[in-house]
Amino acid sequence: MKKENKMWRDNIRGIFYIALKDIKTYYLKPPAISWGIVFPITWILAFYLRNPGDFKELVPGLTAMTVLFSTTAAEAVVINFELRLGSLERLFLAPISTSAVLLGKVLGGVIFGFLMTTVATTGSVIVLGLQPNVLYLILIIVPSLFVFSSLGALLCVMVKEVFEAQTLLNLPRFLMIFLSGVVYPVSKMPVALQYVAYALPLSHTVEGLRLSFSAGPGKTIYLYTLILSGFFILFIFPAVKLLNKKFE
Amino acid sequence: MAENVLLVFNRNPYDGTDAMIQLSDLTRRYGNALAVDHISFDVTKGEVFGFLGPNGAGKTTTIRMLTGLSKPTEGKACIMRLDVNSDMAQIKKYIGVVPEISNLYDELSAMDNLIFMAQLYGVPRSQRKKKAEELLKIFRLYERKDSLFRTFSRGMKRALTLAAALIHNPEILFLDEPTVGLDVVAGRSVRNLISNLHRQGITIFLTTHYLEEADLLCDRVAILVKGKILAIGSPRDLKEKTGKNSLEEAFMKITGLEPEVLAIEKGK
Repeated sequence: MKKENKMWRDNIRGIFYIALKDIKTYYLKPPAISWGIVFPITWILAFYLRNPGDFKELVPGLTAMTVLFSTTAAEAVVINFELRLGSLERLFLAPISTSAVLLGKVLGGVIFGFLMTTVATTGSVIVLGLQPNVLYLILIIVPSLFVFSSLGALLCVMVKEVFEAQTLLNLPRFLMIFLSGVVYPVSKMPVALQYVAYALPLSHTVEGLRLSFSAGPGKTIYLYTLILSGFFILFIFPAVKLLNKKFE
Repeated sequence: MAENVLLVFNRNPYDGTDAMIQLSDLTRRYGNALAVDHISFDVTKGEVFGFLGPNGAGKTTTIRMLTGLSKPTEGKACIMRLDVNSDMAQIKKYIGVVPEISNLYDELSAMDNLIFMAQLYGVPRSQRKKKAEELLKIFRLYERKDSLFRTFSRGMKRALTLAAALIHNPEILFLDEPTVGLDVVAGRSVRNLISNLHRQGITIFLTTHYLEEADLLCDRVAILVKGKILAIGSPRDLKEKTGKNSLEEAFMKITGLEPEVLAIEKGK
């Protein structure tokens, strides 16, 4: 029991320091910042210029896209680049588990995503005079950050090269922009596409954020939190398994 | 000892007590290919043990199994009496590893790399900086402590990787080809560092295909070819028993490469 407790402590310490190292080394660099925040803002501005009157409607979508793009901004680098250089192996030599290594990588994306999303959301709230429910925002944004960071990690451990990971990551990212209600509500889509949309985690983030900005019913928010947590588990377990396999 | 070992000269000054590394029929397969074939030996406390063999002999695979980067297919290996299959998390606290590639972080400075390693290994916060500075001084890198790892020469990278492996005061050090690709001066400097660590009582498991290096540094060596150990003993014993003057010649004779080398030389 004592040995297991000690291992947990070692793992938690490892997760924390790997995340800090990744933020310092990869995330707080111009490419990650631009991909994480400039891209969603540019995208939304394009819609705003087309129809300025509906901009408030787009804020949940803008926030969701910031969550998605910021968490996955440097994932290919933190996993595949390190795998190629051999420095990922260095982490496996430390007295921590594979899960801790991967969770450290995921947490790096989560912390960076949190910073970027906070900037984007605070900016929107101040400029547009919105009054969201902060607790609801946290209940949706935090699990979403974990979901997209772990989705990025899963896709990255499936391939070897950085460019393969980036290509693979773009597929669900762009698919989700169009199908998850970021710019076009899911309820107005054809029924078949609505089924596809609800199989995508970003749809639940967008719906949850819409409720947070309109102070909708709390029970539904908890349901979205639960669904998003389920997506996190769905992505993180196979990611750990695949990473373990790479080193067998 | 496994049956496939042809020559055993166990005049080991540390023999019999305090085994730090124990291998028993350790085997690793990749599909149908046998990378490591039922190898068995012990390494005792304070010993420098050389693992010699040509490329593809299974040296790195063995180190990977002993350091938790790969799982044995069969057999058993223990580090400080802890099983590599079940106690790896604990074993990792006692071992330092210098892989074949200097794989620290390019975008971190020498100091930050060492501090990060200290954090991962749970070195107390109050000792991290002090320990890192101490190692940077020992490895003559202190003046470059704030330089990024990617700006270092190959020799400096090797030295820093060795320093990183020592940050948590390991009992056993695994060195995979520590001087490969280094120039004469850097290679000599790394060899001196290894000798100093040996004097401090650290058990060293070293793979190399530089036989002069093994002759100079190792108390005992094992010769591995195609995953099998062909001979094990002190460099002196191997030379005596094969009637050769150098470990390189003894190695050639034991591995059966001697006729090939002679044929190449005659061809010249």
